[in-house]
Amino acid sequence: MGYKMKTWILAVIAVILMALYVFYGLTGNIGYVLPRRLLNLLAICLTGGAIAFATTIFMTTTNNRILTPSVLGLDSLYMLIQTIIIFFFGSNMMVLLGGSVNYLISIAGMILFSLFLYQFLFKGEKNNIYFLLLIGMILGTFFGSFTDFMQVLIDPNEFMMVQDRMFASINNVNTDLLYISIGIIAITFIYFMRFYKYLDVLSLGREEAINLGVPYHYVVKRLLIIVVILISVATALIGPITFLGLLVVNVSYELMKTYRHFYIILGAVLVSMIALVGGQFLVERLFTFSTTISVIINFIGGLYFIYLLLKENRKW
Amino acid sequence: MKIWHLVTLLILFSFTSVFLGVTDLSPKHIFNLSETQQQVLLTSRLPRLISILVAGASMSIVGLIMQQLSRNRFVSPTTAGTMDAARLGILVSLMLFTAASPLLQMTISFVFALLGTLIFMKILEKVKFKDAIFIPLIGLMFGNIISSISTFIAYQNDLVQNMSSWMQGDFSMIMSGTYELMLVSIPILILAYIFANKFTIAGMGEDFAKNLGLNYRQVVNIGLVISALVTASVVLTVGVIPFLGLIIPNIVAIYQGDHLKRTLLHTALLGAVFVLFCDIIGRIVIYPYEIPISLTVGVIGSAVFIFLLLRRRKYGL
Amino acid sequence: MVKLKNVFKAYNQRKVIEDVSLDIEKGTITSFIGPNGAGKSTLVSMISRLISKDDGAITIDGKDIMQTKNNEMAKKISILKQTNAVNLKLTIRELVSFGRFPYSQGRLTKVDEEKIDEAIDYMELRDIQDKYLDELSGGQRQRAHIAMVIAQDTEYILLDEPLNNLDMRHSVQIMKTLRNLVNEMGKTILLVIHDINFASCYSDHIVALKDGKIVKQGRTCDVIDQCVLKDIYDMDIDIKEIDERKICVYF
Repeated sequence: MGYKMKTWILAVIAVILMALYVFYGLTGNIGYVLPRRLLNLLAICLTGGAIAFATTIFMTTTNNRILTPSVLGLDSLYMLIQTIIIFFFGSNMMVLLGGSVNYLISIAGMILFSLFLYQFLFKGEKNNIYFLLLIGMILGTFFGSFTDFMQVLIDPNEFMMVQDRMFASINNVNTDLLYISIGIIAITFIYFMRFYKYLDVLSLGREEAINLGVPYHYVVKRLLIIVVILISVATALIGPITFLGLLVVNVSYELMKTYRHFYIILGAVLVSMIALVGGQFLVERLFTFSTTISVIINFIGGLYFIYLLLKENRKW
Repeated sequence: MKIWHLVTLLILFSFTSVFLGVTDLSPKHIFNLSETQQQVLLTSRLPRLISILVAGASMSIVGLIMQQLSRNRFVSPTTAGTMDAARLGILVSLMLFTAASPLLQMTISFVFALLGTLIFMKILEKVKFKDAIFIPLIGLMFGNIISSISTFIAYQNDLVQNMSSWMQGDFSMIMSGTYELMLVSIPILILAYIFANKFTIAGMGEDFAKNLGLNYRQVVNIGLVISALVTASVVLTVGVIPFLGLIIPNIVAIYQGDHLKRTLLHTALLGAVFVLFCDIIGRIVIYPYEIPISLTVGVIGSAVFIFLLLRRRKYGL
Repeated sequence: MVKLKNVFKAYNQRKVIEDVSLDIEKGTITSFIGPNGAGKSTLVSMISRLISKDDGAITIDGKDIMQTKNNEMAKKISILKQTNAVNLKLTIRELVSFGRFPYSQGRLTKVDEEKIDEAIDYMELRDIQDKYLDELSGGQRQRAHIAMVIAQDTEYILLDEPLNNLDMRHSVQIMKTLRNLVNEMGKTILLVIHDINFASCYSDHIVALKDGKIVKQGRTCDVIDQCVLKDIYDMDIDIKEIDERKICVYF
């Protein structure tokens, strides 16, 4: 079966799951429930797509299949930046200016960080991938602990006011930010199209890319900025899901068996939507687990990650 | 750093710790305690101090033993799944026996911690590429998987509230009557001291150890049992204290070298001083409220770990 | 012409290339020889823009390699490094198509397809063009990469140890192909090579490096000389002339 056929099948599965998510057990006040579900669905799809998209770009530019933005702690960093902003400016500003200003400032912070990350990842001599992974995971813990630390420091009353609006999860989708997120993703995507043609060549590796005339550092720096913007948007909408990107992009690689990024990205985006929408449908409606899909994805993702590490168990 | 530096710091911080708190209690009252003061001192301040000292010293030593046995600098209860397994054990004990006594919880938690560590050690044997960086990476992932199982179980059984109390190490709830279980660590530490030489030899490898007539398996097993027991007792009474067993032995190794007999005392003292210090910070920053110890140690500990990694790379080790 | 003028390069204060100047003429094969750590690969990597130089100037046909647009340079000069680096699921034809990227930017035209066909035929890969790279032997994979370089259609071709991991038959095959590329298509080839006998038999010029400096450069017959080789390798190497070729005996 060719990758075009597979893409179609994935798309059909995704649409069926979305329909199930929206219409299954639709009772009560339909006028209230239906729009609510549609908004949630939109947010989940947007997030799933953004994570899959960002992770594929990131894996291609770093030339490996283990390193993902989330594993490097980027989504924890986003949470930290949000918290720091509240810490310094207080919740009054949040209420006054609305969540979106905070959101935009955080994205700006993330872009600054990506430039630092770029120095670390691409400027130096050849980096040991495991070293980067370990540093990234501990940075994630560091950002996470620091976020909690700051949150304890913030006046509890003040914190309560903003907590719900800031820290989303898949059961508490931040629909306030939905429209601005769509706008940001659209702009990012249009900007990305300028670099799209380089992706296939970049996957051959840095040296091959330079040899074939890719303005390497220029392109990589901009792709990284695109990655952090997408991750910020995703984290703002439904909170961090560490292993989603790793899982869906690798599934897409295995499924599509091609180097063509058009299909890898499309496949990853679809798999991601299937995993999130389908998973949430199963967990929430069918099994009525009180757990969240993030927990399950992190469990499967963690196992898969160990498998990848042990399989690719060699020096890089 | 000399031993007496550490001892001085330890005494200094201990006094600060005892006399710090909402109830007015200062050194000048010491011979003339009112009834409330006496009660605060005996039921809260002193138990707190003792549990901090024991937790700090014992977790650091456990880290040291695990590093010796696995011959990897970055293996510790945090980076080998031991802590997460101990936590899962407590959860399971609560699920099976709704009113489990602390001793029963401790036992089940110990069994889980031991199993978790054993599985990790088994994975280690399978890994051919024994890079110093690679091993803790797998260990952290392994811990993540265990803890996602815990989260799942906790959600299903409405135990999320209970679980988060072991997720975050916290000394503020320590009272006389709740912390005594932790004192099992003390005889275990003495045992560790007796075995120190053997751990060092076992750390040089199986062949080497056998060559010297050492029962390698037995020594390794004793080391693992010690680690699991101490970790379970600390997680049960205080909660998870991340990275402690990792950073303290590494810092000591930087200035003291690697021989276990020589580093054991330093490690215990520095661990106690470090936790005391973090606890004092956590109590001062938002006085009269407190920041849980796991957060303070988490922030400082992960920062130090990153520093250690970067330093290691700089020297091309 | 490739021109290097007073080029320097250091990694963390350790000098790897010191004050190297040289000219490489069009339509020749130039081999870089020297002991391990002499700086051969570094030099070739700098000429091909893979790593930056610290000081000095490198120009190709009068154009500074760092000032010229990347895409334009990619039509002038190409490099082939270790070929086992690519581990994507690619067929030979897909790999060769990548060689057209500087011209097509990913959208292959009819001209591109023709060039790809030519390159595949030149390297005699037609029969196996749809095989995946990971199914190939070392020699086939090396030929596939050379086909990609041919499709890239650059005047200058750099190769970093192209004979690594190849047996004698394949090594000779590759060197003959390179010779033909110069003789028939007028390419200019620079290569890093360890085996001095291959260098002696197939190249027009040899540049000998040691500790980041040029020890000797010139026509092949001048560099393959007992005294010069003693300078480079610190060992006595006997030179025999067989069929007008200088063969080094160093066993």
